[in-house]
Amino acid sequence: MSIVTVQLGQCGNQIGHEVFSALCSDIRGTHGLCSKKENESYRDSCRERFFCEQESGVPVARAVLVDMEPKVISQALSTAARSGHWKYNSHSHFCQKQGSGNNWANGYSVHGPRHKEAIMDLVQKEAEKCDRLGGFFTIMSMAGGTGSGLGAFVTQCLRDAFPTSFILNHLVWPYGTGEVIVQNYNSVLTLSHLYQSSDALLVHENDVIHKICAQLMNIKQISFRDVNQVIAHQLGSVLQPTHTAGGGSGYSRNPLGDLMETLVPHPEFRMLGLRNIPQMPENSLAYSTFSWPGLLKHLRQMLIANAQMEEGIDWKVRPPHPGSSIPSTNKPLHFNTSIANLLILRGKDVHSVDLGSFQDPSLYTSWLKPQDAFNAWKTPRAFNKYEKSASLVSNSQFLLKPLDSIVGKAWNMFASKAYLHQYTKFGIQEEDFLDCFTTLEQVISSYTNL
Amino acid sequence: AVSLPFAVGQCGNQVGCRFWDLALREHAAVNKKGIYDEALSSFFRNVDTRSGDNGPDIYKGKICSLKARALLIDMEEGVVNEILQGPLRDVFDSKQLVTDVSGSGNNWAVGHKIYGCQYRENIVEKLRKTAEHCDCLQCFFIIHSMGGGTGSGLGTFVLNLLEEEFPEVYRFVTSVYPSGEDDVITSPYNSVLAMKELNEHADCVLPIENESLFEIVNKIHQMINSGKLGSTVKQNSLVTSSTGSGKTLQEKPFDAMNNIVANLLLNLTSSARFEGSLNMDLNEISMNLVPFPRLHYLVSSLTPLYTLADVNVPSRRLDQMFSDAFSRDHQLIQADPKHSLYLACALLVRGNVQISDLRRNIERLKPSLHFVSWNQEGWKTGLCSVPPVGHSHSLLALANNTCVKPTFIELKDRFMKLYKKKAHLHHYLQIDGMEQSCFSEAISSLSDLIEEYNELDATKGGPRIDPSRLKIAV
Repeated sequence: MSIVTVQLGQCGNQIGHEVFSALCSDIRGTHGLCSKKENESYRDSCRERFFCEQESGVPVARAVLVDMEPKVISQALSTAARSGHWKYNSHSHFCQKQGSGNNWANGYSVHGPRHKEAIMDLVQKEAEKCDRLGGFFTIMSMAGGTGSGLGAFVTQCLRDAFPTSFILNHLVWPYGTGEVIVQNYNSVLTLSHLYQSSDALLVHENDVIHKICAQLMNIKQISFRDVNQVIAHQLGSVLQPTHTAGGGSGYSRNPLGDLMETLVPHPEFRMLGLRNIPQMPENSLAYSTFSWPGLLKHLRQMLIANAQMEEGIDWKVRPPHPGSSIPSTNKPLHFNTSIANLLILRGKDVHSVDLGSFQDPSLYTSWLKPQDAFNAWKTPRAFNKYEKSASLVSNSQFLLKPLDSIVGKAWNMFASKAYLHQYTKFGIQEEDFLDCFTTLEQVISSYTNL
Repeated sequence: AVSLPFAVGQCGNQVGCRFWDLALREHAAVNKKGIYDEALSSFFRNVDTRSGDNGPDIYKGKICSLKARALLIDMEEGVVNEILQGPLRDVFDSKQLVTDVSGSGNNWAVGHKIYGCQYRENIVEKLRKTAEHCDCLQCFFIIHSMGGGTGSGLGTFVLNLLEEEFPEVYRFVTSVYPSGEDDVITSPYNSVLAMKELNEHADCVLPIENESLFEIVNKIHQMINSGKLGSTVKQNSLVTSSTGSGKTLQEKPFDAMNNIVANLLLNLTSSARFEGSLNMDLNEISMNLVPFPRLHYLVSSLTPLYTLADVNVPSRRLDQMFSDAFSRDHQLIQADPKHSLYLACALLVRGNVQISDLRRNIERLKPSLHFVSWNQEGWKTGLCSVPPVGHSHSLLALANNTCVKPTFIELKDRFMKLYKKKAHLHHYLQIDGMEQSCFSEAISSLSDLIEEYNELDATKGGPRIDPSRLKIAV
């Protein structure tokens, strides 16, 4: 089953490029630490999922690149082609000249309708190349104008054109300070709109990844490329083929569907956070060994205490006592309640792992039985040279605080009416903003009261 | 995306001339293969001149003959003629010029009303022709001075024209404001009359003061001549230097100062022309730095002013560049943003600077700066990989800051001194279309602007009360 990736805006295209590079590099090596047969099966499954074969033998990414200015796409295309290992289809891109000016309204109300036909045409072509279409993976940032505004519009178009396909939106949340001044407006507009048309929002926060680069990867002068490569690694750990729980011997045939089924039981709760451990510079890999119990212990505490990475975890946070019915206001402070969790484990001895600690009912809300709220996918094939790699995709209160912060800052700016004239001139009125704020306050309230 | 500069008047054209010179130099340094690329196309057309000047445009392939996308407007011939006889003569053709002989007599009304009317058709036609050659016209730049007659009067007439004919294209204006000791007595009249136009029709204005440019030029001379610098300064890295290392041509007196303004424009457009990890287009500048339509005056600063010849630049020097951008003596107007209130700030970095360097410096400098309560994190940033000629990195800071207020207040005072005595008023009122109300409306517009800044300043340092959020029924 194949996934079509739609890369939107500068961020989306830069990350998308790193993702395909990471996927390709992962399958190229023989460092799978498993049987040759398993390795080949993994490689074939990945290829079918993300790449198209061409006569030249160089895999072609199943991707559509969209941007309102030409420089980033041009770079992505040429860098990929130069690698010799994979490339983009030279026709699968759409760009314009003047950008969106960091203006969500421009991206959504002007560029969207104007270029809908051309963009959806490209998507349709990619979809047709798939034997079986497993859904769409869109990559975008919330802070700018194209990824955010045009991205929201395109997601809606995907939903309209492919009503039964799964749509997973990968969303990059900007640094708290200083990328784009109107980033909070753009974020509020994006999130509220995506909530209507997307199946799930898989989020990465720049601040978090930056910390990982600084403290775990030991990078001194961190560039966006470094940040994007960490993100690509984390996404790869989720997207690469795995065996699902009941799935016999083969790799999952419906990755996005399985993801949605396990993690999004209720349409009000679509925000997924991602944690991946261990994370370290490549040259340290050979010197490090990890045990599954150790990794899981850390991941579990990262989940409970809402830690961003495996250093600096607050071990004092504990779940509430099981059995007692505690109203949400009395729950221990800082405890992160989950709706559903998914563990994706890859590497050596993965079948011997004991997952009992994640099935503890006190981690979850009461709506789902723990056996339904928690799932694990295990694959013996190691990922990206990590002997053992564990990813946690979580529908929990992970993103509550950052979301609340974004909405708060946007509201503060909205109250002063600053910058509103920039949006109204492209057709987004104050009432539209209010609707979006209302939607998000609702989401915040829902997550808070878990 | 194309940016189209209009140089209007003597000052505008002298700056414009420096701009094209330095633009060619910048592109020559980057474009080693002589291929006409996307970056070049934002400022230059590639014309096949083998069969004469009216050859077709070549959109790809080797560079044949580069022609600047520009309009040069002056009501005297001196400056434009000099340009056409100098090393840039092949970069322009007659279809881009609008000239007359007698000048505007330092009278805004002559420039705006008389020449405006007279040359409207001509300008519109040339504008359309120039725009036709552009794949995607994103922005107009007007380069002019405020104190004279042509740049000020005809320049603001052109501004109006651009809004009417091309309402969707952004209008950036680089305005040189007169100093107190300006030898044109009526410069306050001309400036205030022009200000009203800028208030109402410009998307963004970058005010420049000659005093600041002069101080920067002096500072550089002092540094070079004092021998305090341990290593030699890279000559071509000076923010004040022109192309050409040979000293055969005597540099004209304003050249050094005008080079600074030219560099400002090059840096402003660098991220739109060259690649980088976080692109910043001109429409993004307008979007992020103009929270309310009339508050569109941006104080600019350029650092570094020069580079030393040593290759290794420790991060300490990099951080120094950020600090300098906020210091009084690097601003291009006489203002001190650090001690006033920021509405928004943009940092456009060029060269080998990464996101962590940017973040580290923002964190470091933030505590000493005052931002308005609804924009506490009001930073817009851009990273362009290509540094300016002679530098490994550079920074352009644009501040929407209440520190412009004193400049406007002084202008108003100088205006009132003349206006109260009705000095020289008859030179203006005798022009067809000029009435007393033009003056009263203009000063009123300026006063309103000053008042808006006053209201913002009043909020500085006050208690921060965040508005209550929407409540959702559970």
